[in-house]
Amino acid sequence: MSETDIMTAALSIRNLTKVYGSGFHALKGISLEVQPGDFFALLGPNGAGKSTTIGILCSLVRKTEGEVEIFGHNIDTHFSQAKKEVGIVPQEFNFSQFEKVQDIVLQQGGFYGLPKRTAIVQTEKYLKKLGLWDKRDTPARMLSGGMKRRLMIARALVHEPKLLILDEPTAGVDIELRRSMWEFLREINAAGTTIILTTHYLEEAESLCRHVAIIDQGRIVKNTTIRSLLKELSREVFIFDCADSVWEAPQIDGFTTHLLDEHSFEVDVQKGQSLNRVFEALSEQGLNIVSMRNKANRLEELFVAMTGNGQPADDQTDNEEAPAAESSTGGNRRGV
Amino acid sequence: MEFREQWIAFMTLLRKEIRRFTRIWVQTLLPPAITMALYFVIFGKLIGSRIGDMGGFDYIQFVVPGLIMMAVLTNSYSNVSSSFFSAKFQKSIEELLVSPTPNYIILLGYCLGGVARGLAVGVAVTILSLFFTDLPIYSWVITVSIVILTAVLFALAGFINAMFANTFDDISIVPTFVLTPLTYLGGVFFSIDLLSEFWQGVAQLNPILYMVNAFRYGMLGVSDVNIGLAFGGLVLCVIVLFAVGLHLLKNGKRLRA
Repeated sequence: MSETDIMTAALSIRNLTKVYGSGFHALKGISLEVQPGDFFALLGPNGAGKSTTIGILCSLVRKTEGEVEIFGHNIDTHFSQAKKEVGIVPQEFNFSQFEKVQDIVLQQGGFYGLPKRTAIVQTEKYLKKLGLWDKRDTPARMLSGGMKRRLMIARALVHEPKLLILDEPTAGVDIELRRSMWEFLREINAAGTTIILTTHYLEEAESLCRHVAIIDQGRIVKNTTIRSLLKELSREVFIFDCADSVWEAPQIDGFTTHLLDEHSFEVDVQKGQSLNRVFEALSEQGLNIVSMRNKANRLEELFVAMTGNGQPADDQTDNEEAPAAESSTGGNRRGV
Repeated sequence: MEFREQWIAFMTLLRKEIRRFTRIWVQTLLPPAITMALYFVIFGKLIGSRIGDMGGFDYIQFVVPGLIMMAVLTNSYSNVSSSFFSAKFQKSIEELLVSPTPNYIILLGYCLGGVARGLAVGVAVTILSLFFTDLPIYSWVITVSIVILTAVLFALAGFINAMFANTFDDISIVPTFVLTPLTYLGGVFFSIDLLSEFWQGVAQLNPILYMVNAFRYGMLGVSDVNIGLAFGGLVLCVIVLFAVGLHLLKNGKRLRA
């Protein structure tokens, strides 16, 4: 990374506004900066403006007002340089289903002006990294859903952009593949690629990203580090599992407890309260605790508080063609 | 984007387009060849032998240039309209729209892909016609330039059709209800000298009449229309449709929200 890159924001958005033809005000003057090398999460419920923002960055949506610069290149005046810096992984599959995997990636290299030899080398590199090299001669329609997602990542990386934008890359992807995609994204981020990720899965943002912006109804309602955001938690809920059966929730002074089943109960811990007091009380009551875990509520709780998004996403007015929020698919996945 | 990079992007798109119609040659190249062979047999040999001369040539010699032109223009048109609409439908057009490829390269790439198919079919039909009759060439320059200009024009028209189309039906409406009638009435099978004065005037409003006759002039040296007017009109239409195509790519709401 050159010194100039370090000085210049990877992405600078100023007062970005989008009003669709229907009159829907998708973006209401958002401003945002992403620094080079960052791993940045853009969170928000359906219809919040995430996909519109990304559409503007990759020129699939025309902005109404505002300025956007990518590594110092204005997307209006220097669109060619700006586009070369960006790789985009969209939400929906957008490649020809009839073409071979290798051809799709090679062609994208050509559209970015890569000489054929370079395009061939980069195509092989990213298809191998994403585990698709064996499928290089397979028509895209024959791939599984997870493979198609990886194909879109390989295609976005073939010209080696400095900024990679992923619009819900793990939606509908199984746990194993999701983890391997996370590892891959961490690896390319460590190698210097700035990553912006939109996701419904807060666990994903918490696990991968250093900075986060929450967008709601076309406005940025929070823009901070994940760490600072988590510090704002006023309450966490812990679940305790007992070796023996318990018939009622244990009473602990200053804490609220709820029985979940005959082997587990949960304890509400307010900000500033110590867990030592909980353990002391449980020990005094002779309870044999075998495990404890955080109830899946950390970022989600903050998110709901900031966006008032308690209702199902489908109920919201939505002019973007974003799919409905996906529900939990297992494990600790949290959907909003 | 530097010129060299633009050239790479253009060649990538053109190769992709040519690969598309050659991969499905049974759907794209074979049917027009079979259809035209049937025209040669039925109109040229069976019926044509009873018609006698037209324009001073055997009927089959008269009709072959028109049939070649008909094959070229319909295939140039349908190649671009179906390819570009499919790219829109599958959203694979976004691969190009997010890249730094300039709009004029996108338009040229699709257009010349259509021209390539039109000319490939044209060559196949010409070779087939040689099994039925001899084909004199009066002027190579006029023959080649008219066929290329016509292919470009109809490829551009196919692009604009695809840009406005919302369903697959929309890309078959123009060929079925506009292109086919105009082609059949455009002097492919007859000289407009056979028509009454009034209908000759009406026929001269048909742009395809000028292309067919200019092409026939290149091959046989006979024409019902002014060749200069045909050339001028074709060049003007190509310029206008190219400008419209570029405008739609830049501002068209059907591609960018």
